[in-house]
Amino acid sequence: MRVRVDEASCQGQQMCSIAAPEVFGSDDLGHATVLITGDLPAELHAKARRAQANCPEDAIILEE
Amino acid sequence: MTTLEENAGPVNDPNTDYNIFDPEFVRDPYPTMHEIRESKCPIAHSNRWGGSWFPTRYEDVVAIAQEHEIFTSRDIVVVPRAAPLEGAYAGVAAPPITSDPPDHHWHRRLILPVFAPQAVAKYEQSTRDLCNSLIDGFVNNGEADAATDYAQQIPVRVIATMLGVPVEMSDEFTSWVRGVLEIGLTDPKVRLENRINIITFFKQQLEDRKANPRENDLITDLLNSGDKYPVTDQYVLGVCNLMLVAGIDTTWSAIGSSLWHLAQHPEHRRQLRDNPDLWPMAVEELLRAYSPVTMARIVDRDIEFQGCPMKAGDRILMAFPAANRDPRQFERPDEVILDREHNRHVAFGSGIHRCAGSNLARLELRVALQVWLERIPEFSLTDPAGVTWAGGQVHGPRVCRVRF
Repeated sequence: MRVRVDEASCQGQQMCSIAAPEVFGSDDLGHATVLITGDLPAELHAKARRAQANCPEDAIILEE
Repeated sequence: MTTLEENAGPVNDPNTDYNIFDPEFVRDPYPTMHEIRESKCPIAHSNRWGGSWFPTRYEDVVAIAQEHEIFTSRDIVVVPRAAPLEGAYAGVAAPPITSDPPDHHWHRRLILPVFAPQAVAKYEQSTRDLCNSLIDGFVNNGEADAATDYAQQIPVRVIATMLGVPVEMSDEFTSWVRGVLEIGLTDPKVRLENRINIITFFKQQLEDRKANPRENDLITDLLNSGDKYPVTDQYVLGVCNLMLVAGIDTTWSAIGSSLWHLAQHPEHRRQLRDNPDLWPMAVEELLRAYSPVTMARIVDRDIEFQGCPMKAGDRILMAFPAANRDPRQFERPDEVILDREHNRHVAFGSGIHRCAGSNLARLELRVALQVWLERIPEFSLTDPAGVTWAGGQVHGPRVCRVRF
């Protein structure tokens, strides 16, 4: 699994970094950044899914 | 249609006649929101308070929030303005919350860095110290008002520190903000008076910063951003106005509602004590269940939305608290489940007007509750029926006596 942030949709809700702080961070505007750009370790998959599900802007993209 | 007297009278059918300042709705708005949401007409309309639409389903509220070109932010208050600001006060809004594109982009971009998670983290220790000193003041009394002695005292001091204005004026700031956002919503004279108080105060602050620029000072930095964006005094005044008005009543209401909840739920107090890792999720859940803020939008042009014939200039109440209790989006929506896995709440709105101060609000709410529970692990409501609430634009307890 890999994750991406759709920058055009992200509004800086930070729901992703709350759900999966190992995977998502924040840029200087408070918009989401991806901390792990390669394949996510299996133990973070559930958290990444929760980050996607909790984003009100639908800005988290999971590639499986 | 701007005073309580003109808008009083019993509500027979909330779908066609809701009254956001009805005492029962102010105290507990959720039953009315449910009734509207589960009716055939989940977007209600009422002629009270100048007329408005009231969407209650998550999907509708989010769709409206994201369609910012049709549903504009040229006014964001839940009731119409009785009197415009004139003369020296004219033209001061609350950017970026009152801005529409294209100006919205730079109006927002200039202030976002101040509120990024890593930027607000520097206020954590001072907020913790502040919370502890407030508790020092009443911890030996065996009782306190969780709303006025504690919740109300926190955000105003954090915001005053951020703005570089005298923290000793906190009581005045609180009174101005309540005058604009609470008491003033049903009393146009009070609202106008307090809007002028705020603008007059910040005009003096701007003049002071121009004469004596400060290092690491938000107002000085904003005034000096003219090389990047077309910054005017009106803009800087507007940002200061927004930070004071939007940063105080809202967060204090969230802290107050959360303490009111915890006072009645020993199992949740225990859960938080036993699982400190739960805090980030718990904060989101309390924000969902007790979302304090309802904003407004103004319809740009005649449009039919979900079968509702909306006209240009119509007001829409963005019922984020109703959206956040929609069973279509949240399982068991009326229950507080501190470790709720699926929590796509919109307490901070959605789309381009997502609350700019959300990360600061989260920090203040978490620290305020953590310090309270560390110092006062067991407490209960002194008089459950004696708790009073504010509502309309911002929902939260105003008197909430607890004993410990």
